[in-house]
Amino acid sequence: MDIEMMYQENILDHYKSPHNFGKVENATVHHHEKNPLCGDELDMFLIVEDKKIVDIKVYPTGCAISVASASMLSDEIKGKGIDEVKNMTKEQLLEMLGIPISPVRLKCALLSLDTLKNSILIFERYMGK
Amino acid sequence: MLSAQTKSLDVEQIRKDFPILQRKVHGKPLVYFDNAATSQKPKQVIDALDFYYKNYNSNVHRSIHQLGEEATAAYEKAREKIAEFINAQYEEVIFTKNSTEGLNLLAYSLTSGLKQGDEIVISQLEHHSNFVPWQQMAKHLDLKLKFIEVNKNAELDEESIKKNITKKTKIVSVNHISNAVGTINPVEDIAKIAHENGALMVVDGSQAAPHMPLDMKKINSDFYVFTGHKMLGPTGVGVVYGKKELLEGMRPFLYGGEMINEVRFDDTTFNKLPWKFEAGTPNIAEGIGLGVAVDYLAKVGMQNIFNRDKELLGYAMEKIKEIDGITIYGPKERASILSFNVKGVHAHDVSQILDSEGVAIRAGHHCCMPLMSVLGISATARASFYLYNTEQEVDTFINAIHKVKKVFGV
Ligand SMILES: Cc1ncc(COP(=O)(O)O)c(C=O)c1O
Repeated sequence: MDIEMMYQENILDHYKSPHNFGKVENATVHHHEKNPLCGDELDMFLIVEDKKIVDIKVYPTGCAISVASASMLSDEIKGKGIDEVKNMTKEQLLEMLGIPISPVRLKCALLSLDTLKNSILIFERYMGK
Repeated sequence: MLSAQTKSLDVEQIRKDFPILQRKVHGKPLVYFDNAATSQKPKQVIDALDFYYKNYNSNVHRSIHQLGEEATAAYEKAREKIAEFINAQYEEVIFTKNSTEGLNLLAYSLTSGLKQGDEIVISQLEHHSNFVPWQQMAKHLDLKLKFIEVNKNAELDEESIKKNITKKTKIVSVNHISNAVGTINPVEDIAKIAHENGALMVVDGSQAAPHMPLDMKKINSDFYVFTGHKMLGPTGVGVVYGKKELLEGMRPFLYGGEMINEVRFDDTTFNKLPWKFEAGTPNIAEGIGLGVAVDYLAKVGMQNIFNRDKELLGYAMEKIKEIDGITIYGPKERASILSFNVKGVHAHDVSQILDSEGVAIRAGHHCCMPLMSVLGISATARASFYLYNTEQEVDTFINAIHKVKKVFGV
């Protein structure tokens, strides 16, 4: 694998200044997920109105792959309906990242998707009815 | 670069014994700097496993036939060599699966008979395997678990040692060398303090057994635990050393075949030491393999290995300090472990880019999450060296760190 392929400019840009970065007080759902093996962490804040994600903030700490993944995912789902994003697959996320991911780094790449899925589960269980 | 003559070991000759060092990774020669996780194996050890399975594979201690005799003799001979290697008696060497099992054995067996409120002292510098077993036994039996604190260099704080070990302390368990940052802990002194207070002393020697001469009489801990795969041996075999008179009074950890003397319907008497603690068919080939590994280490000389570690670590430290934006964790005087971070780059990414240059290091919390929280970080990159590593490999590693900085533009 060519390492420059993995650490492309856009990945590093997202890593250095993640989009939708920050924390909000009044989020509809705030969920924290951690990858215990690596220590990558992600706080995700969703503001949901009429089952639509009207705003999102992410607060990632970790490696370039996990941070870039959170940043790109936040762009991807902002403004979309819960039902539209809740079935997003691992393959779709990897396609969005657009870089080769080795099996050991998969968990870094997928932390954002896991956090989103669990956020939606929480939303549906407690607020979405 | 140091010339071959000034090195304390003939590294080039040693490298010839390790077939894996010939392989390439991503088209580059392998630079293996993940020795604290597991060491590579010399062909003598690999051949011993092969020879065992091809020539005298059989169960030990129970089969009355030629193969059984040979396997038992070789397995027990390995125990004898290990006892000699650490200056202990034969009966004091108990084979386990690894350090983790050894520490679980001790956590289970030594807490039997403790009373609510009795204290166990470990440190903030422990590997999870010398942490979680004590923590869980303490929870289960309502014992108090206390922690010796580390200073900012990740050394055990002297005051904290004295403050935490008291007359209430029943067990003290600390590591000899920290796998996360390379601190060499004063286990002899701590053993003395433990004994003055009537406590038992356990040492997790997982990182020390591969790197320094060990003398159980001198350290004078009651127990000492290590794992074969970090010291040129196969996976699946480790050792608990324990003082004979203590082991004799202790409750076994695993029950079953091999560890018994006589089994009746109403009760069982246990086997003699060391087999009392070795239930079931052991890892025979691996035990024999560890004996061969110990032969290899003894032949090179543990003091020579210790000196060579210092030499190579010194070289690596000097080189890495020339790079801007590097933070190094741990004390100045240390074993051959270099734990660091590159400013602006997560340790995983450092490791990934190093890998693309053929350099294998470890990134993460190194099974020391409590220590990481004390140091206020979540991960470090860790290069750890062994007897077959060279200055030239360190140069490759340093160049690879420059590449990390280039890729990330830091
Ligand atoms: C200090 C220390 N203790 C315990 C262990 C556990 O060894 P094992 O995984 O072989 O049981 C290790 C190895 O990772 C270690 O470095």
